Amino acid sequence: MSAGILLEPCCSRCTHSPSRPCADLLACIQNGPLCHDDPDCRAAREARLEQVLRGGAGTVIFVGAATCGRANGALHVMDKIKSYLEARSLPASVVEVGCVGYCQREVFVDLQNGNGVRLSYCDLDPENVGEFLEAVFEKNDLRNRFLYGRYGEAAGFEDIPLVADTPFFARQTRVVLDNCGLIDPSSLDGALAAGGFAAAARALTSMTREEVCETVTASGLRGRGGAGFPTGQKWKVALNTPAAQKYLICNADEGDPGAFMDRAVLESDPFRVVEGMLIAAYAIGATKGYVYCRAEYPLAIVRLQEAITQCRTAGLLGGNILGSLTDFDIIIKQGAGAFVCGEETAILASIEGGRGMPRSRPPYPAVAGLHGMPTVLNNVETLANVPGILRNGPEWFRELGIGEAAGTKVFALSGRVQNTGLVEVPVGIPLREIVSTIGGGAPEGHRIKAVQIGGPSGGCIPEEFLDVPTDYGKLQELGAMMGSGGMVVMDERSCMVDVAKYFMEFIRNESCGKCAPCREGTTRMFEILTALTERTGGDEIRRLERFRGLLHLEELAQTIKDTSLCGLGQSAANPVLSTLRYFRDEYEAHVMEERCPAGVCQGLRTYAIDTSTCIGCMACKKVCPSGAIVGERKNAHYIIVDRCLGCGACVDACPKHSISLVA
Amino acid sequence: MIINNRELDFTPGETVLQIARRAGIKIPHLCSLEWAPSPSASCRLCVVEVDGSPKLQTSCTLQATDGMVVRTHTPRVLKARRTIVELMVANHPQDCLGCHRAGSCELADLARELGVRSRQYVGMKKDQHLDISSPAIWRDPNKCVLCGRCVTMCHDIQGVGAIDFIGRGFRTQVGPGFYAGINVSGCTYCGQCARVCPTGALMEHMQVDDVVAALGDPDTVVVAQIAPAVPATLALERSKSPSVQVMLEHMSAALEHIGFAAVFDTAFCADVTIMEEASEFIQRLQGGGTLPMFTSCSPAWINYVELHRPDLIPHLSTCKSPQQMAGALIKEIYPKYAGLEGKRLVLVSIMPCTAKKYEAEDLGDVDHVLTTRELDTLWDRFGIDFKAFEERRPLDPPFAEATGAARLFASTGGVMEAAVRTAAVLAGAEEPAGPLTEARGLDGIKFFNVDVAGTTLNLAVVNGLGRLRPVLDESMSRLHFIEVMSCPGGCAGGGGQPYHGDIMDVRKRMDRIYQADAQAEVRSSHENKSVAALYEEYLGQPLSEVSHRLLHRHYTDRSATVRRGEDAVTSGVAAHAAAGSGSR
Repeated sequence: MSAGILLEPCCSRCTHSPSRPCADLLACIQNGPLCHDDPDCRAAREARLEQVLRGGAGTVIFVGAATCGRANGALHVMDKIKSYLEARSLPASVVEVGCVGYCQREVFVDLQNGNGVRLSYCDLDPENVGEFLEAVFEKNDLRNRFLYGRYGEAAGFEDIPLVADTPFFARQTRVVLDNCGLIDPSSLDGALAAGGFAAAARALTSMTREEVCETVTASGLRGRGGAGFPTGQKWKVALNTPAAQKYLICNADEGDPGAFMDRAVLESDPFRVVEGMLIAAYAIGATKGYVYCRAEYPLAIVRLQEAITQCRTAGLLGGNILGSLTDFDIIIKQGAGAFVCGEETAILASIEGGRGMPRSRPPYPAVAGLHGMPTVLNNVETLANVPGILRNGPEWFRELGIGEAAGTKVFALSGRVQNTGLVEVPVGIPLREIVSTIGGGAPEGHRIKAVQIGGPSGGCIPEEFLDVPTDYGKLQELGAMMGSGGMVVMDERSCMVDVAKYFMEFIRNESCGKCAPCREGTTRMFEILTALTERTGGDEIRRLERFRGLLHLEELAQTIKDTSLCGLGQSAANPVLSTLRYFRDEYEAHVMEERCPAGVCQGLRTYAIDTSTCIGCMACKKVCPSGAIVGERKNAHYIIVDRCLGCGACVDACPKHSISLVA
Repeated sequence: MIINNRELDFTPGETVLQIARRAGIKIPHLCSLEWAPSPSASCRLCVVEVDGSPKLQTSCTLQATDGMVVRTHTPRVLKARRTIVELMVANHPQDCLGCHRAGSCELADLARELGVRSRQYVGMKKDQHLDISSPAIWRDPNKCVLCGRCVTMCHDIQGVGAIDFIGRGFRTQVGPGFYAGINVSGCTYCGQCARVCPTGALMEHMQVDDVVAALGDPDTVVVAQIAPAVPATLALERSKSPSVQVMLEHMSAALEHIGFAAVFDTAFCADVTIMEEASEFIQRLQGGGTLPMFTSCSPAWINYVELHRPDLIPHLSTCKSPQQMAGALIKEIYPKYAGLEGKRLVLVSIMPCTAKKYEAEDLGDVDHVLTTRELDTLWDRFGIDFKAFEERRPLDPPFAEATGAARLFASTGGVMEAAVRTAAVLAGAEEPAGPLTEARGLDGIKFFNVDVAGTTLNLAVVNGLGRLRPVLDESMSRLHFIEVMSCPGGCAGGGGQPYHGDIMDVRKRMDRIYQADAQAEVRSSHENKSVAALYEEYLGQPLSEVSHRLLHRHYTDRSATVRRGEDAVTSGVAAHAAAGSGSR
């Protein structure tokens, strides 16, 4: 694979070659050539850099085609654009980029004209892309209805808001996601032109390992995978543990439901992760690295593999990197779909070829990890933060955060908010600001009830506590946790018992089965929650069991939390504990009254027919799967509650809208 | 450090569980296993409260530090332990009455200790298949509490890896890969898994009922042979701890009470084995045969070679194990000797071993094999209170006399020691004086040299299948003779030995065996007069044609069985899917 044009020698005097880049490779790309002085060569290099930065000559169309974009039809959009250009022989190039993170408005397409004006359009899909192309190329209407914003100084379009000033982006601070959706993720040139690998070059050639660890410690960076362990400290432990071989593992086994931060970074800016890994490996003295990525992320794996191959070709991975005598290479290890394999000791077991089951710590992996050797495991986002810290200094990173907290955190905002997508915000920002300002609050006419943060290990924070800063400690006090960044917003249409049941089912299915409390306990908790969401039909024993179940629920939760082997088990009960803490009334409505206030739990839903408007057409009676509706033709019908399954088929069948949910 | 307000000393690296045990504080636990390289910490029952730590800590992984303050039975700890046991009980069959572990079940003990009196949780239960595919080891995954001792044993200690955790979450079970039967799993039937199982999930294929049926049949003559490790084990259960010979005579008397017509000493055939094996070794050594030669007494080791290392078959001694030699000789000679022509002769072996069950089925001659554990059941069935049984009865000729060398077969290193004594003489040298201390003890692997008639023999003793690797990998070519016993400690620690035995028990049994050797009047196999008579009257000489017909065997490359197990994926998975993956 070509390493790209930036690494090509400019003339025969140039001593650089893609396979043997010299130590000042990056300086040479930015201000070269360094090995000889020739204005022509300098101009040629500047032109090349310019071309890479622009993405191509003339008009360039960037299509955001990461997995989320593709789900919205980005590949079809791109095909249609290409065939449109081809049919009309229009001299424009199409570049596939990653994801800007605004899922709600996908597909994003950026248009860059010959003058370097880059405008961003959104809400495209395979159906309306024709209209868009017609507006742009035939009517020359660049201010069509799809226009979202501009990038940079766009001459002639100053009245259009900058993308960064639009409501979704204005409150964000983009560090990790800085290049996402802007550069070509499959091109090392693109990454180099955007300043990539400058930090790694500095670390490898002019800093000691201790200095790198110190810098990261001073920056206050904490693990972004959930637990929040100070990254620099972890590195230092591994650095100070003498061993013949050390390993660095990038944890890309992102498994929380509703979390896709790591995928977006890997798909949209894989070089940043590779650079972060290179720096981390240098800092701890590791020569082998693994990316443990779930196989459900095929595009991320392809992008990462491309990045690794190009970096090897360019001498940024392999032996004697940038003349620093540092060796490092990366292997991608695909996970087979177990949630628990995001736990660090389970990753080790999985990479070693064993069954992905956690083991008890200590020894911590930084002391004895993969094959018993010191091993540092960092999350994708953690590593993606490292180049910025090295480039801009630890103070810069500290100041990014609010208050005591340092840096930024990417959240995957989803659920009942107007704007869903990836948001990168300063750590310590109040939750409400993310949900209301960036997310735009609940959809029209609804009120936010709670925010679920931290995935299956996290908890639900009720609306009244939304002013809490997103800080590791503060969230834990409320029974939630920072987690890896999943954030699900719920309004009054969500049933909190159902939410707890959903997460418990997830954990129950994903428990590795090793330790008894997690394996057996989560199943029992799930069974108890399921019983709460079903009617007893007046059966006294079942009623009794439900009451007893509610008592057991807290007891089980406490034992699972106290005694489970790994983090998955220890936090498995959090969704139940936090909903019990803040939404006890909902549990009580389910148990005492056999009623789901939100009308979500099908087993507890009850419908009633308004006899004053029922015309006795029998449509509902015909569709009812359980024979719960009685009534004669042309007379009002009735629902027998004990027979009703709560499926709601009758509601859809009724021509007079006479059937409604009884809350 | 301080446990429950008691100040206790410790050596660095010791865990709280070990320290507490020494101090007489019982912390319940299911998953921890002696000899395991690292604790699996999966049962979570040994949790304790540690001052300064908000979480409960597992005492099996917690290494003591100066000033550490631990409390082992606080209300919080008791509650957690009880909930865990309640959860295990909720997912356990309620057929304790019919379980062979009734009375020795560790889960039942825990439930009693922690006050679990009823099922607290009603819901799904395991519904998995009984695996009775092998003649040696049976599995009932429904009774499994997933403590993982068997997996630790099979992987980390025995190095076989036939069973592992399969499935995920609530559907996790322990078994061979792809839900296949254990008969196609690469299992050597060493039975160590069953020995350490806390419940009835792993067991030997029980043959007590078959023996009882044979005893009740008037047309059948039932005789028994007793392996030397069994009396050595049973002796330790008695307060006076009599010698191996005395225990054999007690057993002989008790078995006669039950209805056995004759009781033979397998050790007699251990002497025959030595005659044959030592001769074979000398022949290989002097005749340029395949070296090194491996012993072939341990059937699980034979299974290991046939299944996993068929390339080693030429190195295996062709001698049958003492059990099978005894089987062949008894079936051949005894009917004429005792005038039993026309009657059905049933031979029951009493062995410390589960793999012998497979061997008996594979080679014939031996009809039923009872483990040391099953023997207990047999006593119970016939109302024999064996611990108080004082009658004695000599063993039956012509297979009654055994030497000290033969007694040593029950312990790791013993076959080597016995063989060296006789091989030296066969090679025309002096018999070595005193015990061969290099071969004794519980070290995983022992290398040593013995000079025989001017030749230095490089010998090795492997104590357990898990310690094979150093022999097989590096040093094989420079060795002459290697003893392999599949179980840690040899037959004294065999897979058919009593449950709960820890390594101290094995050591005591071995001491008893060494003592039997020291006390024996005749200490070398070639000096056994009955053996000499047998050769004179019947076999001719070692390695004769008759010997080959009766006392030697062939081996089969069965490595395809293990691979076929993997091919069975399709059918196995289909069967599993049909079973609804274990939920009711």
